[in-house]
Amino acid sequence: MSADAAHVEAKECKSFTQRIEIVGTYILDMVENWGRSWIFLYRTILGVISPPFRPRLIITQLYQIGVQSTLVIALIGVFTGAVLAVQGEYTLSKFGATAFTGSAVALSLIRELGPVLTALMVIGRAGSAITAEVGIMRITEQIDALRSMAVDPMRYLMAPRFVAGLIAVPLLTAIFIVLGIFGGYIVGTGLLGLSSGTFITQMVHAVGTVDVYSGFIKSIVFGFIFGWVSCYKGYTCGFGAVGVNRATTQSVVTASVAVLITDYFLTSILTRLIME
Amino acid sequence: MISIRNVHKRFGDQVVLDGVSIEILPGQTTTIVGPSGVGKSVLLKLIMGILEPEQGEILVGDKNITAASNEAERNSIRQDLGVLFQSAALFDSLTVYQNIAFPLQQRCGHSADEIHDKTRKIITEMNLAPYSNSYPEEISIGLRKRVGMARALITEPKVLLFDEPNTGLDPLVGQEVYDLIDECKKEWHFTGVVISHELPEVFQVSDIVVMLLGGKVIIEASPDDFRNSPMPEVQQFLHGRVDGPIHIQ
Ligand SMILES: Nc1ncnc2c1ncn2[C@@H]1O[C@H](COP(=O)(O)OP(=O)(O)OP(=O)(O)O)[C@@H](O)[C@H]1O
Ligand SMILES: [Mg+2]
Repeated sequence: MSADAAHVEAKECKSFTQRIEIVGTYILDMVENWGRSWIFLYRTILGVISPPFRPRLIITQLYQIGVQSTLVIALIGVFTGAVLAVQGEYTLSKFGATAFTGSAVALSLIRELGPVLTALMVIGRAGSAITAEVGIMRITEQIDALRSMAVDPMRYLMAPRFVAGLIAVPLLTAIFIVLGIFGGYIVGTGLLGLSSGTFITQMVHAVGTVDVYSGFIKSIVFGFIFGWVSCYKGYTCGFGAVGVNRATTQSVVTASVAVLITDYFLTSILTRLIME
Repeated sequence: MISIRNVHKRFGDQVVLDGVSIEILPGQTTTIVGPSGVGKSVLLKLIMGILEPEQGEILVGDKNITAASNEAERNSIRQDLGVLFQSAALFDSLTVYQNIAFPLQQRCGHSADEIHDKTRKIITEMNLAPYSNSYPEEISIGLRKRVGMARALITEPKVLLFDEPNTGLDPLVGQEVYDLIDECKKEWHFTGVVISHELPEVFQVSDIVVMLLGGKVIIEASPDDFRNSPMPEVQQFLHGRVDGPIHIQ
């Protein structure tokens, strides 16, 4: 082996160990982050269940997360329902079963699209806002100031946002579903010429309490993910505008992906439970 | 009242404090000076228990804040502290009035009327009345500093930590801040830690001056002894000379 070749090999070897090091550091960081986020969740829940309770702060957050999202959720709900009616009618017409359009619209909305789309919208709208707000409080030392005054930021900042998310997301989901069905009904009976009686009867016939429960459980879980991720990402935000920027992006991406993955498992589990 | 004992603090590879010990007696005001980035603000955060040292301990009164095992224990120590942050760190979702009233509202045992009276009083004393309904981003940096000070003073804490109380203030208001510190001192005899770059003006409220350099305390002396210290670092710092043992980074 020439000296050159040995040199190259040594270099490759070094870059190989370096690569392993990079991967190792990445994995360690990930595990650490994961662990931290669970500790954070634990402390937030402690903040929720231990006094002093701050109903006024929860109401403020309910306003920002819930009330301010209502319009956009309503709009998306109506149009999602309308699209479902058109698509459903088209697909069902291949089987000569357009009578079931009402059931298709309602079941998709209640079991799947209502909870998921609402969660994604709230994450995009309110989750990013929470992360940015908390992140800015972190980098401008407002969180340190709270602590210096013996005020627990978990209780004062995190708990109200977390609780408000848990309450707001299911309520927004309900609004989404109701207006979605309304949108589907208007398009189905008005434009597609379906009979209003059939639309409603088939829908009532097909939708069971279990479907509503399953949508409700999902929306609670998504509300939980929403609060957890957006608060955690804000609280652990890095330095400067770059840190807030990164935290906000990560918050939206992480929460959205988590919602979709959780949705798959929830759907599988809940459907199996219902079958049994 | 505050004992800082052999405190070491680093961030990653950067050693900030490398064995700092300072003893602050009850009722005294200690001024901490030193070049930018030497770790003055970090030291203050260590005293509040917001940062943790790698080594060493800090006692506030007879309670050890570095040994406190949980936030509740640290919070009981923090009840005695009033802090002005270097950035003022006002809550930007609250008005000036709400910011100043905040520490009292968070404590038990104060009626709404009492909180209102105290807040009004301090707002008048500090000439902040025209701004009481403004939000922090609507007022100047110097004013924010004064609001931060009002927020620190309102609970009449045993220990006051001021991080650069008059940076960003004009000379007149700056002097007012010193007068205010004097007045409060007469009123309730707090123990103070003041970080300042205003030499020698800050000496009028100082009992002891401590200079940090390279992560260590290089001198701890009365203002007069500090002024007359033969140490070249001290003289260079006092007179703002570029050449000398301290290198500007
Ligand atoms: N949270 C942190 N993470 C990493 N490094 C930090 C952190 N806080 C402070 N530092 C570093 O510690 C060093 C000391 O900072 P500090 O703010 O205490 O300086 P200072 O003496 O107050 O300076 P100045 O007079 O400019 O306010 C700086 O180099 C800073 O970068
Ligand atoms: Mg500083």
